[in-house]
Amino acid sequence: MSATTPLARFWDDFRANTLAVIALGVVIAIVLIALAAPLIAPQNPYDLATLVLTDARRPPGFVGSKGFTHWLGTDAQGRDLLSAILYGLRISIQIGILAGVIAFGIGATLGTFAAYFGGRIEALIMRIIDLQLSFPAILLALVLAALLGQGKGPLIAALVTAQYAYFARTAHGAASAERSKDYVEAALSTPLSPRRVVFRHILPNCMPPLIVVATVQIANSIALEATLSFLGLGLPVSEPSLGMLIANGFQYMLSGRYWISIYPGVALIILIVAINLVGDQIRDQLNPRLRR
Amino acid sequence: MLGFMIQRLLQALVVMLVISALVFIGVYAVGNPIDVLISPDATQAIREAAIKAYGLDQPLWKQYLDFLARLVRGDFGRSFIYNMPVLDLIASRIPATLELTLVAVLGATFLGVPLGMYAGYRPDSVLAKIIMTVSIFGFSVPTFWIGLVLIFTFAVQLGWLPAGNRGDTATLFGVEWSLLTANGWKHLLLPALNLSLFKFAMMVRLARAGTRETMLTDTVRFARAAGESEFTILRRHVLRLIAIPIVTVFGLEFGSTMAFAVVTETIFSWPGVGKLIIDSISSLDRPVMVAYLMLVAFFFIIINLLVDLSYAALDPRLRTRRAT
Amino acid sequence: MSPLLEVRDLSTQFATRNGPLKAVDGVSFTLAEGEIIGLVGESGSGKSVTGFSILGLVDPPGRITGGSVKLAGRELVGLPASELRRIRGREIAMVFQDPSATLNPVLTIGTQMQLALEAHERIGAAAMQDRCVAVLTRVGIPDAARRLDAHPHQFSGGMRQRVAIAIALLNRPRLIICDEPTTALDVSIQAQILTEMRSLAEESRTAVIWISHDLATVSSIASRLLVMYAGRIIEEGPIAAVLRQPHHPYTAGLLASLPARAEPGTDLVQIPGSTPSLFDLPPGCAFQPRCGFRTAACTIMPDLVPTGMGRSHRCHHPLGEIPA
Repeated sequence: MSATTPLARFWDDFRANTLAVIALGVVIAIVLIALAAPLIAPQNPYDLATLVLTDARRPPGFVGSKGFTHWLGTDAQGRDLLSAILYGLRISIQIGILAGVIAFGIGATLGTFAAYFGGRIEALIMRIIDLQLSFPAILLALVLAALLGQGKGPLIAALVTAQYAYFARTAHGAASAERSKDYVEAALSTPLSPRRVVFRHILPNCMPPLIVVATVQIANSIALEATLSFLGLGLPVSEPSLGMLIANGFQYMLSGRYWISIYPGVALIILIVAINLVGDQIRDQLNPRLRR
Repeated sequence: MLGFMIQRLLQALVVMLVISALVFIGVYAVGNPIDVLISPDATQAIREAAIKAYGLDQPLWKQYLDFLARLVRGDFGRSFIYNMPVLDLIASRIPATLELTLVAVLGATFLGVPLGMYAGYRPDSVLAKIIMTVSIFGFSVPTFWIGLVLIFTFAVQLGWLPAGNRGDTATLFGVEWSLLTANGWKHLLLPALNLSLFKFAMMVRLARAGTRETMLTDTVRFARAAGESEFTILRRHVLRLIAIPIVTVFGLEFGSTMAFAVVTETIFSWPGVGKLIIDSISSLDRPVMVAYLMLVAFFFIIINLLVDLSYAALDPRLRTRRAT
Repeated sequence: MSPLLEVRDLSTQFATRNGPLKAVDGVSFTLAEGEIIGLVGESGSGKSVTGFSILGLVDPPGRITGGSVKLAGRELVGLPASELRRIRGREIAMVFQDPSATLNPVLTIGTQMQLALEAHERIGAAAMQDRCVAVLTRVGIPDAARRLDAHPHQFSGGMRQRVAIAIALLNRPRLIICDEPTTALDVSIQAQILTEMRSLAEESRTAVIWISHDLATVSSIASRLLVMYAGRIIEEGPIAAVLRQPHHPYTAGLLASLPARAEPGTDLVQIPGSTPSLFDLPPGCAFQPRCGFRTAACTIMPDLVPTGMGRSHRCHHPLGEIPA
């Protein structure tokens, strides 16, 4: 039963870890549910007209004035929490992936080119990136979010600025290792354009570590977004993300109305833990030093 | 060694200059700079007087130089909200953040490293799997949410521990410390636990990964072939070999933990610099923001410098290379 | 007199995704006190795993699946880990291929020697220092007392391997297993270490198993030769006799490919084909697909046949005169 292609072999190894397979299933399920949120959510939580204030802060299982059961209760505005969570997941995933992809693009390009050109350019780029990495991402995002104001655009900009450096350093490390290998020297001695060498030869070989960083960073983006929204620096109130739902529920928690904060948190955690479990397994599989 | 230090100090100076320029552009040049300097409630006459007084009618480079000159003199302006010099305000908040961070990072390290080493040494054991599950949660679950759960469980439901403030403090070297009183410790416990969980997870993972890799090396085989016990190998060989990344992370994480304290302090109403910066962001107290940013940058550069120096102490290969 | 080491039918397997891999398959040999034998084979022939198996140092997923290893009549296979640990270093020591990988880069060599000594006895600081200096001097390290505080990277490759040998000699073992200890070194240093190792072994009556892929090196130190192929011993005998007239075609092929044996200006003789994968061994003699003397009989595994004068071979069509 030996697999033939590298990808099939990779999947074989992946399958051996049951936990990682379950986590992957959970990630896929959550993404699908979030995509389908408008179809399956009992209520549109953004439509203020459907909110009934007398239904506010009701415990799980409460049957609201609209006639349907609020399985996870309602929040301070009378939103059905289940619907709010589904929509919140949608926003969280959207922002996490968007920020992750943009940071990936900028970081990987910067890191690879730094490694390719070498010399002063490399030293300058990497010095800036190292410096930025020594600075905590959360502070950077916090300050940027505060300066740029609320909204999706500024939030994503803040997340990208806080995270592209991780991609850049990983790409740089992998690309420097590739750069010194004989096949790159060989490719360079042919009349191929440098750009072609970078994108067709070096970058593909840097993909495995970058994919690991990407999974971790998407999970981090989601957590960071929630944190910023919790601190009131993320999305506007009209689009409650999971972080904001949690923040809004905080004050009611002290009086025992735990559900407003706890359930969105649980959803957030399941998503992040599942992504990290998948990322962990990929990382272990790609670590050549653990291979036998 | 001396040459190396001078080189690093010069580098640090350049970095501080760059950061001051970025902060200047970020906070002063973006938006209306006058808002930074005087209260938005001031009258038009006062505004215009202030614009002249602060030289805001001057060209940008001149303004930046003035800004630098004020920074060098330690003049960060006054806070609008607290109406006191920003520097004094921040200084009064630092001990609270410092003791919180210190307890969190030390706790995370002294618990996380041994547990992580065990998980790396016996990766297939049940205990290792438990340790790794806890760590993956600590790594994934956002700090703020854990804080909420801690408050809900231990403060609201069980009523064992207080949910906010520093509690009683005692004075040492003219500074108030919660660490010195039993009541202060009670107040410190939950926020410190909250803040340390992420670092704990990180230490566990770092120690585990390092141990797993080191256990496969010939150094460990050779030590085993010499008949050294597994405990000796872990304590004397492996710990020393994985100490370099751990010390780095300890240093860097000490800084980022202080940054993360922003979240924990907000949740637990812990009166440190983190809570101060969040309050000043929401109340647009810009002089406090500028001062905080510059101080954090300064702090990080110092930490980086110290980490570099401790590298040299831990890795003899580096020491000689740099000495020559 | 009973032999110092008696290996009987030793088998070591590695569990892999494609099923068990027989790295060592029924290896038997004996070793007298003070004797030096050479264990020769290509990489993957199982020679190193044989060495590790004797010490009980096979890392998972590998394990000894059968056979026995007796040291002075005492069975080692199946001994509890704590008992084995007491034998390692004190009774049987091991030297590895790459000294820059075996020595711990962050500990001084004094500390590493101390750890190896303390593994087996309690000893005062002064006595320890004397022992270490004496052994280092014996292996040819000048100014040994001062160099105890040095780190491995401050030594040259050859000196580093001398330090590793010193650590192996520290507890006066009765047997040293040397796993390609000169392969990573320059040729001139190889020769020095070979000569020194030989005289050290003679002086202290220490037996040596010298593992190498290089027949030339082995012939200059060992008195007896074991040739391994695909996990099995295929030829054994006094080294001079084997070199004069190998019985197994594989041994003959190894000899013919030695540069020193080639006529100047002619191409080196190569053994056709390549080492078979241990997962995919041909039926019978593992060497038969590459062998010029192959017949239908070779698909049945030949036994290791003793032919007198301490020689034996595993071949249906042995070369040269076989005494009746």
